Amino acid sequence: MKGSGVGPVLQAVDVVREYALAGVPVQAVRGVSLEVGEGEYAAIVGPSGCGKSTLLNLLGAIDRPTRGAVRLRGRDVSHMSDREATEFRLRHIGFVFQRFYLMPMLTAAENVELPMAEAGVAKTARRARARELLAYVGLDARAGHRPAQLSGGEQQRVAIARALANRPALLLADEPTGELDARTGREVIGLFERLNADGMTIVVVTHDEVLARAARRVVHMVDGAIVSDEPNAPAEVGGPPRTTVSPTAQDDASPFRRARG
Amino acid sequence: MRLALAWSSLFRHPVRTALAVLGVAVSAAMLLDMVMLASGMQVSFRALLMRQGFEIRLTPKGTLPFDTEARIARAASAESSLRAMPGVREISPVLGTTLHVVRGEASEACFALGIRPAVQGDYELEQGRDAEGDDQLVANTTFLARTGAVVGDTLELAAGYDAQLRTWTARRRVIVAGRGRFLYLAADQAAVALPLGALQAMLAPGGVDEVSLFMVKTVPGRDVEGLRAGIERVLPRVTAIATADAVRSVEERLSYFRQLAFILGTVSLIVGFLLVSTLVTVSVQERVGEMAVMRALGISRPHIAQQVMLEGLAISVVGAVLGLALGLLTAEYLNGILRTFPGLPAAIDFFVFEPRAAWQSFGLLIVTAVLAGAFPAWRAASLPIATTLRTEAVS
Repeated sequence: MKGSGVGPVLQAVDVVREYALAGVPVQAVRGVSLEVGEGEYAAIVGPSGCGKSTLLNLLGAIDRPTRGAVRLRGRDVSHMSDREATEFRLRHIGFVFQRFYLMPMLTAAENVELPMAEAGVAKTARRARARELLAYVGLDARAGHRPAQLSGGEQQRVAIARALANRPALLLADEPTGELDARTGREVIGLFERLNADGMTIVVVTHDEVLARAARRVVHMVDGAIVSDEPNAPAEVGGPPRTTVSPTAQDDASPFRRARG
Repeated sequence: MRLALAWSSLFRHPVRTALAVLGVAVSAAMLLDMVMLASGMQVSFRALLMRQGFEIRLTPKGTLPFDTEARIARAASAESSLRAMPGVREISPVLGTTLHVVRGEASEACFALGIRPAVQGDYELEQGRDAEGDDQLVANTTFLARTGAVVGDTLELAAGYDAQLRTWTARRRVIVAGRGRFLYLAADQAAVALPLGALQAMLAPGGVDEVSLFMVKTVPGRDVEGLRAGIERVLPRVTAIATADAVRSVEERLSYFRQLAFILGTVSLIVGFLLVSTLVTVSVQERVGEMAVMRALGISRPHIAQQVMLEGLAISVVGAVLGLALGLLTAEYLNGILRTFPGLPAAIDFFVFEPRAAWQSFGLLIVTAVLAGAFPAWRAASLPIATTLRTEAVS
């Protein structure tokens, strides 16, 4: 199945993920092929246990397929060593999870800085970048707050800012609205829309129909296989107030993407 | 940032962390005390024997200093023979006996040392001056407390009480010239030191030509063992003990203390290990989801492991610093109790602080902390990301 973007950022070719359950092999993902183009916003939907999250883990190089290949910007991530995959995730993939998993003793800004510190970004640069990203997600005033002082929606927005810290090529989100109420969920959905509008390639796994409707492409999975892959006509769902992008970010076209070229 | 993260992780449960730190501190204190005890008596005994620089001690054949009431007869002749030996630099004869302070019909017993003040090595003067004349003595604090005397007072000493005749062999009026700390006698033992000739004169009419022991200083660089053997050849009626041999012999006798200290020190290290290991393991267990997400975000395994190990190290370092202070306090307290053990020389310490011992304890604790953090660190670093995230999502 082909994506509709400019070029394939992500490519899964006949991917199979097999587990042994009580000694019996079980296929969680069965021969999935998928392409996600540059700037696409795809939602993977399907019933519980259909293999959505497993597929997302494979696409994000945090799990390895039993067979098949996953390529990100042409690089085969399915056969990387653990160290290579870790480094690759750090620099090329952003993750957002259902549970925000922010470090409770760090401030919002420090949480956003964490992946940059790992990537060796200088302190002043990562501080500026964290401020910029928090401003983008509408939380510049909460930079010094700890997660416990933030609402669920705000925490998820910090988690999104953290995922964008190292200017990833791809943002993967697993049930990003799963722990949020309808209103805060809409804020996060709006943020994803804005990110995509600014050029970010996004793949979300969700049960949330509102989130799925906001995506520009919906991939349906049943029993580990893709049963349909169709473009979507997203409706405006709402979101946090737009913030002014800093001059630095404007130079780079958006505050979250690495410069192409 | 990893250090800050590790440090801040410890403050998620401040009470739990504080209790663990206290536990490590107690363990560290016990470890330090055991290390101090393991070598304390040896160090203290060696320092005691070497304090005045006498390398050889001569006692009546087959005895230890003041082990029995036996004495070396013909002391003047023995001393002359010793002086004639090459390598002998200085000789300090010592005579020990019991004297009485007589006040009317009452008397107070005390231990008396006959010494030669210029070369004596039995006490350190704390107040006043040495007993320079035959009518002077130096007393210890216990003696002064029991007799109520002070430096400058005149006392009547007596020796050789005959119970049937109710008379003394000799009586002598002496002035308390000074107060001293008697190194080889128990702190609660009333003791005086007076010139050797004066004491010898009190023990028998016309005096006795006996001493309890000789202490000998050798010429620097001289073969002490060779000289010791030579003394025993020249004076076959004495046993010559080299200080080094005495120290060795004491060290052998104190091996019990070392074993006890080793066992208790090991137990305290194991307790510290279990404390740190348990706390860090529980802490990791509570944060597996967080750690899986950190791994997903690209934080490397070594960095996850480092962070966990830093947590263990932080607990151990803070606990160790507190523990070392606590250990010194408890050692001082225990020393105070053990010093009152009957018959122990006042200058003996059970716990002797040596910087090397403190560093050794600190080092052992740090190694233990690293080992204690190793398993939870390995566990945290090797979490299967996808499985952990799935489990966390379901739970």
